[in-house]
Amino acid sequence: MTDEALKSELEKRGIFVTSLEDLYNWGRKNSLWPMQFGLACCAIEMIAAAAARFDMARFGAEVFRPSPRQADLMLVAGTVTKKMAPLVVRLYNQMPEPKYVIAMGACAISGGPFKEGYNVLKGIDRYIPVDVYIPGCPPRPEALLEGLITLQKKIEKQRLFGKTLPRHADPEAPTSYPVPAYGPHDLEPAYNPKVFCPPCPNTRE
Amino acid sequence: MSSQTFFSTSVGAGATTLDVSLGPQHPSTHGVFRMNVRLDGETVVALQPVFGYLHRNHEKIAEGNSWLASMPYTDRLDYICSGTNNWAYARAVEVLAGIEVPERAEYLRVIVGELTRLQNHTAFLGFMLGDLGGWGSALMYGFREREKILNFFEELTGARMMLNYMRFGGVRCDAPAGWLGRVKEYLATYPAFLDEMEKFLVGNEILLSRLQGVGVLSAERAINAGLSGPVLRASGVDYDIRKVDGYGVYPKLKFRVPRGEVGDCYDRFMLRILEARETLKILSQALEQIPEGPIQNPAVKNRMFKPAAGEAYGRIECPKGELGFHLVSDGTEKPYRYHVRPPSLINLTLLEEMCLGSKIADVIVILGSIDIVLGEVDR
Repeated sequence: MTDEALKSELEKRGIFVTSLEDLYNWGRKNSLWPMQFGLACCAIEMIAAAAARFDMARFGAEVFRPSPRQADLMLVAGTVTKKMAPLVVRLYNQMPEPKYVIAMGACAISGGPFKEGYNVLKGIDRYIPVDVYIPGCPPRPEALLEGLITLQKKIEKQRLFGKTLPRHADPEAPTSYPVPAYGPHDLEPAYNPKVFCPPCPNTRE
Repeated sequence: MSSQTFFSTSVGAGATTLDVSLGPQHPSTHGVFRMNVRLDGETVVALQPVFGYLHRNHEKIAEGNSWLASMPYTDRLDYICSGTNNWAYARAVEVLAGIEVPERAEYLRVIVGELTRLQNHTAFLGFMLGDLGGWGSALMYGFREREKILNFFEELTGARMMLNYMRFGGVRCDAPAGWLGRVKEYLATYPAFLDEMEKFLVGNEILLSRLQGVGVLSAERAINAGLSGPVLRASGVDYDIRKVDGYGVYPKLKFRVPRGEVGDCYDRFMLRILEARETLKILSQALEQIPEGPIQNPAVKNRMFKPAAGEAYGRIECPKGELGFHLVSDGTEKPYRYHVRPPSLINLTLLEEMCLGSKIADVIVILGSIDIVLGEVDR
């Protein structure tokens, strides 16, 4: 977009040239406010990542907000049970745009070691769109930081104008997703077909 | 407030009470615990805990797994203290099958178990201060110290939190060269941390007024409800399973069991600090006395483990109280019944009684002083 040689020449003279998109994304990616919300074991590693040794403040994401209304980032840290899933979706709906979701740990991704359990949701991506998946049981704090940096890179690349708009800038995309209800045997619906498609059955003979 | 009510008893017309749902997403971060509270002004007149937001079918999954395959699942019961969870399960199986444990393994278990207790109480100090409203500073100090203990776990077992260390009849791996010496060196620096915490906290006016006389629990009620661990001992009951059962090598180690007098939040808070000091004594003795030798009973085959039909209950003193496993074997490679007796759940029994008449802000403090972990409450 910009002439890199001219840009560096101007920078030497104390003139900083950037685009609105870059400035906007630079600001957003370096001040992500996560929601203070832990579900299970991974939450302890999330606290460890925010605490003194790993110091998530270095990446601008240390301001944990107790209210979803003030948060940009939902860290789904731990096992999402079927009893908890509607509340997680509701919390997501209450967050203002632009909002991002990190699924931290095997349980939030797929149910993890508890996948066989009758009360365990097999991945939060069945109901809400997930931006970054961090595998591990639990992931180390370094892995969470790596996931955060991955999300920052993703935010950096998001365009505000043009054809390929991110979800939050697309007027057609929904900002909230239907909250599942407690059914007699399972959550109803079992997944949201707009964000999740079940794995194809194995058709190879 | 909407007309929705959580309680079976309805409030009459003109009543001025307010029903509040505290949780499951709540910044006091004890996981996904929910309390429905009925308030008269700011005073709690009724409280009803709601469980199950983290019910992840631990017991049912264990019935479909081999005996050994449940060991990593026990890590995730009380996910702050996985070392002692492993130990409780291994001990229950050892009681069931009558397995002897070599002495070096018993000492390694004591060292890992007591380091677990130390890091739990360290984290507790941070969480408790967070519940009091001092969110941040104390937690940072607590977690800084906890990380140093987790480093030792990582060096020993390869994992920071989920140790998966105990095996039936022993432990999984021996201590690496120089590990015991490094633990000893570290423990020499720990009292300075505890002294610092005590210096800033114990005489603090705000802390005293928020904790003293709040959530008083009598010894009689605590015993009747089956409470255990620091919550029971803070009410003045001298009951520590390490002394009562004398499992492992604890009879060879000299330590005292601290007790509270009043049974309020302050006693429960101070008890953790005193217990951490006793834990240091246990650790220094265990590190002195640990003999050379095998770490696993060679007669026990952990894979394809098949105990004879029967049932057994094995328990140990976890940082939070009595953790017991009731196991029923039908002679196959899978348990017929696998039941967990979690200290966190039983210790919550008297939550309403402790909170009645308190202010709503004290409910968070009382819950924090019980020291629950939802992985264990809901399983």
